[in-house]
Formats: sequence, structure tokens, C-alpha cells
Amino acid sequence: MFWPTLLDLLESTVRVSPPLIFAALAGLYSERSGIFDIGLEGKMLSAAFAGGAVAAVAHSAYLGLAAAILVSVALALVHAYASITQRGNQIVSGVAINFIASGATVILGQAWFDQGGRTPQLDAASRFSTIAFPFAADVGKVPVIGPIYDHIISGHFVLTYVAFLMVPFTWWVLYRTRFGLRLRAVGENPGAVDTAGISVAWLRYRAVMCDGVLCGFAGAYLSMAMTSGFVKDMTAGRGYIALAALIFAKWRPVQVMFACLLFGFLDALGIRMQGNALPFIGQVPGQLIQALPYILTVVLLAGFIGKAIPPRAGGQPYVKER
Amino acid sequence: MSTPYGKLPPSAEYFLLPLVNVVVAFLISGLVVLIAGESPLRAFELLIKGSLGYGEGIGYTLYYATNFIFTGLAVAVAFHCGLFNIGGEGQAYLGGLGVALPCLWLDRFVPWYVTFPLAVAGSAAFGALWALIPGYLQARRGSHVVITTIMFNFIASSLMVYLLVHVLKPVGAMAPQTRSFEAGGQLPTLGFLLRLLGLDPGIAPFNVSFLVALVACFFVWLIVWRTKFGYELRTLGQSAKAARYAGIHEARIIILTMMISGALAGMMALNNVMGEQFSLQLDFVNGAGFVGIAVALMGRSHPVGIIPAAILFGILYQGGAEIAFDMPNISRDMIVVIQGLVILFAGALENMFRPALASAFASFGARASRRATAAGE
Repeated sequence: MFWPTLLDLLESTVRVSPPLIFAALAGLYSERSGIFDIGLEGKMLSAAFAGGAVAAVAHSAYLGLAAAILVSVALALVHAYASITQRGNQIVSGVAINFIASGATVILGQAWFDQGGRTPQLDAASRFSTIAFPFAADVGKVPVIGPIYDHIISGHFVLTYVAFLMVPFTWWVLYRTRFGLRLRAVGENPGAVDTAGISVAWLRYRAVMCDGVLCGFAGAYLSMAMTSGFVKDMTAGRGYIALAALIFAKWRPVQVMFACLLFGFLDALGIRMQGNALPFIGQVPGQLIQALPYILTVVLLAGFIGKAIPPRAGGQPYVKER
Repeated sequence: MSTPYGKLPPSAEYFLLPLVNVVVAFLISGLVVLIAGESPLRAFELLIKGSLGYGEGIGYTLYYATNFIFTGLAVAVAFHCGLFNIGGEGQAYLGGLGVALPCLWLDRFVPWYVTFPLAVAGSAAFGALWALIPGYLQARRGSHVVITTIMFNFIASSLMVYLLVHVLKPVGAMAPQTRSFEAGGQLPTLGFLLRLLGLDPGIAPFNVSFLVALVACFFVWLIVWRTKFGYELRTLGQSAKAARYAGIHEARIIILTMMISGALAGMMALNNVMGEQFSLQLDFVNGAGFVGIAVALMGRSHPVGIIPAAILFGILYQGGAEIAFDMPNISRDMIVVIQGLVILFAGALENMFRPALASAFASFGARASRRATAAGE
């Protein structure tokens, strides 16, 4: 009884984690370069809408994905323009993007599709389907290892694998490329980067665009893989959970993945636990499990489990000495 | 070092520039209406008629404005200290608990004016308490108040769902809400004020908490601009280094400011819980905490600016409902878009039009002085 339940839980953890991983890594690029991004939620939501809408009209998942990325990058550029070029308050700008996305997706969805703010249900051809790995069904019969291979490793969406591959890729970009070194430097000490003759603004613009691309993936996963079609407010706070995961992981890529898996697991557990009692502990209110990622992050931020120190230049617009 | 932007005359700084920003936000909103296939002019007409065209509409407009005055003040007080309190939503939600408890306790025995002071104190205390923790964490443990207040919004939401479903719901009831308050838990309306002007307030829940909001405006002005504490608060907001050098107790100011901010947000609950619903309901705050951000930015964080900004958003909320009735494509989500655009243009992009405006004023000034010298010769 325990083993199948756990397997089930882990399988749904892998299902719900990719948007968190995409979004948290998106935030990582931006915040490591010194641009706070509260707008993950809004970008993800508008990407989910654009993906769902275009995929429904064009009957192509990949065109949908492209639209999702395009819209998300456009919003990221608004954020970049406000916070880099105009030196505005980055948090205010992020909050604004969240509101614009939350309202505009519903208004446009209603005007274009007339289904109460939803986009039309996607058919199998215009959404992402799951891939079964070779011999999954055969290996699945082997005890212990079999089900792990069959349920947890095999049988997910292309985007799921992209999300998990994005983790080592981001690590490589951040720690093994020139761009990554400069990106980390500009988040800690933009003055030094500027002195070295590198444009602070252009570097940060690129970082924020990376953020936009990844949020596009996150949104596309929500409306075109996890479900088939956009629904009003379908991100449901995932952008903030991703932000929490990013802080929880102290702005490091591999730890981001584990934080997202942990929060994804809590999400899966919360759904599973509705009305069920836990062994040994008894009935735990679902609301407590829902709030747990936020509580954990606050406890971490309070410095009780190590200290989360954000990039030093985060949130401050860079002004050249004059 | 000079400031990156040219100086503007005060009239432009405090009136013209915010006005330009807000007008641009509304023009873009009009564009969204156009994309949605409706006429922006007709929408504007409906908006004004629905919110200001008749007594009941005005009553509702002022009812919504009451919410936004409270949450706008909450954000503004924190802004002056250099803090960004996004947690108004959660603080107001908890404030609702502070209103509901005295009402549930006393409503059957005493008239409303006995319950009311307790409810005011309760809402302020619960709101302040919910802001105290992020304030403390910012002041003492260096965790960013923006992040913690966001997290506290979600925690508040979970906590209140739990309390409403498992604790406060009457036995046997289906809806997750408290029982309805009796007369002792219901605030009287201010409909007679509208009647004095010859208007019919209808069933608008425009109530006594509007007066509390105005009093709160006065006290915020008093505290921020006319006390030693307010001076220290603003100093800290301008420059933390200068404040530290002047021997200002940084942690104390941050914690107190957050508590005042939370108390103001918490008092918003009076208007809804005791003034309209007469019970504590799920999600009654409904985004008003976030509207406060737009209101504070638009009102330049001053009570004198916040009142008209709050009334403007009241117009949007009430008139928006009327638009949604006549134009099925423009739901109330349009308000959220407008709110976002106002936050973007009056907040993050507030300096976008400054150089243009500054050079316009400079050339205007130069021309005037040239004319003056020419006349002098």
C-alpha cells in the first residue's frame, strides 16, 4: 500500500515541478544579474495564454511554444526597459506586469474565443504528448527499479525533460562561460564590470531576455502539456512559489531544482492528502501543506536554516558615475 | 554627482507629471478595449455614468474608495520609510478576523457604537501583527520585506481558509463564512449625506468607515510630517546611511512603520466585514490590498493625493461593473489591466516623461527670460 502511493506521489511530483523549475531558473538569470523579478507569475501566465491561443488556432504545439516565448520575452523587455533604461523600481515594475497579465489574458481570451476567458480545448495534435522510453512497459515489471523507470523517468512530456536538462545547462552557462561570469559579476558589482569595458545595460538586458524565454517555456508547459488549454489565472501562484524556491536555493541552479522538486512534492502531497490521514501524524489540514513552501521560505529568510544572501547589486539601478 | 534628471517646478513635479503618467496608462487601457472589439469612448461614458451618474452609483464608488484609502495609506506610509509593503492583502485579510471576533462576541447585546471601537482596535491590531513579523525580519534578520510580505499573503490566505472552514463556520452551515452579525455588528450607512445633496443612495453600503478613513488620512499626515518619529521615518527612507549617522534607531523605526502600515491595511476590513457583508467571508479583500499600491503611487504617497486616487479607483470598480453589464467582452478584469498600467506608468516608468517635460519647461523658461531681457532693453 505504501509503495504504490509513494510511486504515485513521485510521479505527480515530476509532473507538477517543470513549470516551477523553468520559472525559478528564469528568475535566477535575472536576479543573478541584479534585476529582481517579481513578475515571473505574470510572464508565465501570459505565455500560457499565448501558447494556448496560438496552438488552438494554428493546431501546432511548437508554434504555440514559439508564441509563448515571444510574448513572455516581450513582457520581460518591458521589465528590462523600466528597470534598466528608465532606472525605475524593479519591484513596482514586476507587480505591474503581474496585474497586466492577469487582466489582459482574460479580456483578450474572452474577446477572441468567447469561452469565459478560456482558450479552446486543444486536441492531441496541437499539444505536447508524453514520450515513453524504450522498453518502459517491459522493464516496468521488474520489481523496484522497473516502476521507477516506467513511471518516474519515462512517460513524461518533452518539456519535462527540457526543464530538467535546463538545470545542468544553466549551471554550465553560469559557471563555465564568459557570459555567465560576467552575469554573476554584474549582479554583485556592476561598477567593476563597467570598468572592464563591458556594457552593464546590454548584459542585464540579455539576462532578462533569458528570463523571458524560460518563463515562456513554463507557461507553455502549463497550457499545452500539463493541461490542454488556457484557463483564467491558471498559474495560481506558481510564479511566487518559484520565487520562493529560488530564494530557498540561494540563487544556485542545482539547488533550485531540488527546491522545486520539494515544493512540487508538497503540492502533490497536498492534493493527495485531501481527506486522508497521514500515518503516525494523523489528519493534517491541507491548508498547512499549501502554506508550507511559503513558511519554509520565510524561516529560511529569517536565517534559521543558513542564510540566504541575494546578489549584492540586486534591485538597484546602475548609474554611471558622472 | 547630480541627480540624473533635470529639476521640475513643483507644480509639474506633483501635478503635471503624475497626470501625464496616468493619462498614458488610460490611453493604453483604451487601446486594450479597442482590441477587445468595443468602443473606448462608449466604455468611458458607461464608466462615468455608472459610477457618478446616480446616487446609488456614487454610494458604491465611495464604498470602494474607502477600501482603497486604507490600503493606499498603508503602502504610502511604508514607502516613506523606503519599504515596499506588498502584504496589504494579507494584512487586510487578518484585519477581517480582528473585526469579526468582537462582532461575533458582542453583536447581540450592545449597539454598534460599542462594538465599533473594539472592531477598529481589533482590525488595526491584527493587521499590525501580521506586518510585525516581516518588519521584524527586515529590521533584525535582514530578510527583504517584499519577499516576506508576499509569502505572508499566501500564508494569511491558507490560515483564513483553515479558520473559516474548520473553526468559524457555524455548525451545519455549508458556506465557509461566519454567521451573519446582528444589529450590534452592523455599521450604519452614510446615505443621509447623499440625501442631503438630493441623491438617492439606494442600497449602497457607503458607511461610517469612510469617516474613519478620512481620520486615518489626517493621522497619517500628522505622524509622517509633524512628529519626530515621522521625521526619522522619512530620513530613513531618504538615506539609511544618513539616518544611522544621525543616531536614528533603524530597527525600531522599520518595525513601527510596518506595524502602522499593517494596521492601516487591517482597518480596511471594517468597511467590508462590518459595513457590507455583516459576516467574515472567504477572500473578501479581493485585491484591494494590491490596488493600494497603484493608489499610493498615483497619489504620490501623500494623503491629499491618495484620496482622489482612491476615488478614481472607486469609480473604476463601480463603473467597471456597469461596463461589464453592457459590454460582455469587458469584464471586471479590465480594472486589473488598468491598475497594472497605472502601476507601470506612475511607478516603474515615472521618469519616462520627465526629460521631455523638463526640457519643455527649460525652453519655455529660457524663452520667457529672453523675452524679459528683450523687453528690458
